[in-house]
Amino acid sequence: MAKHWWKALAVILLIYTIIAGFTIDIPIIGTNQQSSRGLFFHVPMWMCMYTMFSISVANSLLYLTKYDLRRDALAGAAGSVGVFFGILGFSTGTLWATYTWGGTITGDAKQQLTAVALLIYMAYLVLRMSIPDIDKRARISAVFNIFAFALLIPLTYIIPRMVDSLHPGAAGSPTFASKDTDGGMKTVLYPAFIGWVLLSVWIYTLVVRYKKLELKNIFK
Amino acid sequence: MKSTAFQQTITLVKKDILLELRQKYALYGVLLYIISTVFVINLMIGKPEDKTWNALFWVVQLFVSVNAIAKSFLQENRGRLLYFYSLVHPRNFIIAKLIYNILLMAIMSVITLVCCVLFMGNPIVNFPYFVGVIMLGGLSLSLLFTMLAAIAAQANQNAALMAIMGFPIILPLLTMLSNIARSSFNIVYQPGLPKMFLMLGAMDILIVGLSLILFPFLWKD
Repeated sequence: MAKHWWKALAVILLIYTIIAGFTIDIPIIGTNQQSSRGLFFHVPMWMCMYTMFSISVANSLLYLTKYDLRRDALAGAAGSVGVFFGILGFSTGTLWATYTWGGTITGDAKQQLTAVALLIYMAYLVLRMSIPDIDKRARISAVFNIFAFALLIPLTYIIPRMVDSLHPGAAGSPTFASKDTDGGMKTVLYPAFIGWVLLSVWIYTLVVRYKKLELKNIFK
Repeated sequence: MKSTAFQQTITLVKKDILLELRQKYALYGVLLYIISTVFVINLMIGKPEDKTWNALFWVVQLFVSVNAIAKSFLQENRGRLLYFYSLVHPRNFIIAKLIYNILLMAIMSVITLVCCVLFMGNPIVNFPYFVGVIMLGGLSLSLLFTMLAAIAAQANQNAALMAIMGFPIILPLLTMLSNIARSSFNIVYQPGLPKMFLMLGAMDILIVGLSLILFPFLWKD
């Protein structure tokens, strides 16, 4: 039981995030109104997605050095959980945008490029399904995964900061730094980061357990 | 056969060009493809205005590059690939493919441009600039699709997989290209133009680097 303490921590932090996230006083700024509370749900989703994609690409790199098929199964599991959180992040973002920016799908660079990055990762999952041979699938999808991760960072981090974007931190808007965020919001935001990331890792371990049952001959 | 990496690459490029000249399959196939696509556009909307012209041109370019470059690995059967594997380093092989596809795509781009001007009118004001942009575009498209064709060739199901993998990656590239190309339709100051060139160049370097590092892994069968 001792090694499951982090799951309990995840549950406690998420209960805190949900209760405090909807009840604390937040600064009411312009068109944001109460929708700023989206911060506690929208931003952590991306944290989870990046965590999962990092786990995935690390396993792919390890696969290409040692050709251990277990690494490939781990990379695939992390990739699919990452896409799941990416979709959640995108939908919470569009919900927020509907009320603050006045449109669900706006011409915002970060929104568009994130959709592109998610499509690339969905292509990764389709690529995995399309190859029946297990060794071949592992090798090719590992190569594509590294390719995808190398594009994910410029697409979602570098380019949106160079062009005009409605997101904070872009060329035309004030930077989202720790000093810009209200203190009260930070007391919820940081626990929310930890809670959601722990939850994503929990889901990932469950998917891996399922994969282990499915691929019994690899995981002895 | 002892030879330097450079000689090996040149020989492979020559081999690809020779094969193409003998069969003339890709060239005429794609030529017909370009003409019929542009003609269909002409039948539907006649002579479009600048913005539509630009968008249609890049969409045609996208499909042309998919068609032209998917063939580059399709024509190599397993036995021949194995033969190359025993002769040359995979890095030289992929460099040769990249060079050949860049040449092929440069020719295709010029043909597309001529067809578009013939069938859809000529809204281009700054012609040399536009030719420069399509050369740059052809370069970027061919680099990216060469790598994707190499992956798809390993997965046995070329066309559909190329589209699934390629289109999301090509989206930002095409958007950048069509934005850069917009300057050639009317003489206006476009802010952030050097930055876009820089991004495009960085993207190309990234793709070349990744292809060189990752292709040897793809080849171990």
